[in-house]
Amino acid sequence: MIPRHQRIILSVLLVASLVMGVVLWQLRERAHQRLMAGEDSAPTRAPEVAPAEQATLLVASDADNTLIAQARSLPLPADPGARARAVLGKLLEIYSTPDALHPAPGGANSVTQVFLLPVVGEKDPQHPDAQLAVVNLSGAFVASHPSGLQTETLTVLSICGTLHANLPRVTQVRFLVDGVQHSTLAGHADLTRTYLAAEAVPTEGTHP
Amino acid sequence: MAQAPPAPAGPQGRFVVVLDAAHGGDDTGGRLANGDTEKSFTLAFSVRLRSLLTARGIQVVNLRESDAGLDPNHRAELANHANAQACLSLHASESGSGTHLFLSSLQSPARRGDKNPVQPARFAAWKTAQAAWVPRSLALAGVLNSALQHAGMTVTLGRAAMPGVDSMACPAVAVEIAPERNAAQQTTAELDNADYQARVAAALAAALLEWRSEAHP
Repeated sequence: MIPRHQRIILSVLLVASLVMGVVLWQLRERAHQRLMAGEDSAPTRAPEVAPAEQATLLVASDADNTLIAQARSLPLPADPGARARAVLGKLLEIYSTPDALHPAPGGANSVTQVFLLPVVGEKDPQHPDAQLAVVNLSGAFVASHPSGLQTETLTVLSICGTLHANLPRVTQVRFLVDGVQHSTLAGHADLTRTYLAAEAVPTEGTHP
Repeated sequence: MAQAPPAPAGPQGRFVVVLDAAHGGDDTGGRLANGDTEKSFTLAFSVRLRSLLTARGIQVVNLRESDAGLDPNHRAELANHANAQACLSLHASESGSGTHLFLSSLQSPARRGDKNPVQPARFAAWKTAQAAWVPRSLALAGVLNSALQHAGMTVTLGRAAMPGVDSMACPAVAVEIAPERNAAQQTTAELDNADYQARVAAALAAALLEWRSEAHP
């Protein structure tokens, strides 16, 4: 004969087991639903490709120390910073090709970011909304750039001129390398100063 | 502070040329095709050019006589103390062809629109001391360009921000020597070609002789 208090305890344990089983089942269902909801949130559409537009690139030539304006059609995002990066990426992609007139390895990923900031200090009445572009170059690009006064100067001026040609509000350009200030590009071109973008824009075929 | 441009030296004035062999010490400069460094090339070339100029009776001050590192301010300080009539910053590169002549990208006071471009003041701001000398530097570059082209060499002219040159109070030009290439961009003389170096040095020496005759008519 089972004592009464033991029957009560067994009944309570049985009920508790059933309740716990139901709760566990419900938790499992909720976890499954959350998992399925997470899968649903994954992108199922390809990112929208920016429409192709005409961009002006100031392409350098080592043979005669010139910057020549070239029109290229390429996808340009609406955001000005992303637009500037896309244009410079195309410029540096040209320099990384085997038959480039101004060889510089690295390609489109050599420009990590371009930040556009309002120019501080004395305002130019001709450009009241002038912008300063801060170009963040990758350390790998700088480390592999050919050394020389002419080649480094052409790279810097072609970047400045290309930015100004496509974003006319950009009147000044500064450079960073992997997010920090760097003394020179490859031993010669000064990267600590602010470059005036308009000075790099040549008339057809002239020396910078 | 640096000195502002003085009046041109008279017939009795001495004629001094400053040769600045770029780089040195830990700063090796570029790497040349033969594995040599730019700092070694510029030092050897400055010694070669000094010999040619000294033989022609020109007083030469070499800013770098050994593999020592000099910062741009110290170079400008030494050049400015020499009171030179010509300052050449010597470089070498595997990019491009022939000889590249570079002037400071600083704007001369006349180009900026100042009414009185050459002030009689004795001192000029250190980092922009070259601005007042840009017209003379341009004239020196013209003489160098003519002599190099007369010697059958390819010459390109340009302007660049150069921390050392920008602080020099003298007619200053950066001379970058690259391999000689033909119209099809095929190399006809490498940088380590002794004959090519001799031709460039002779052309520069001839140009500085002509520059002296202009400064001391």
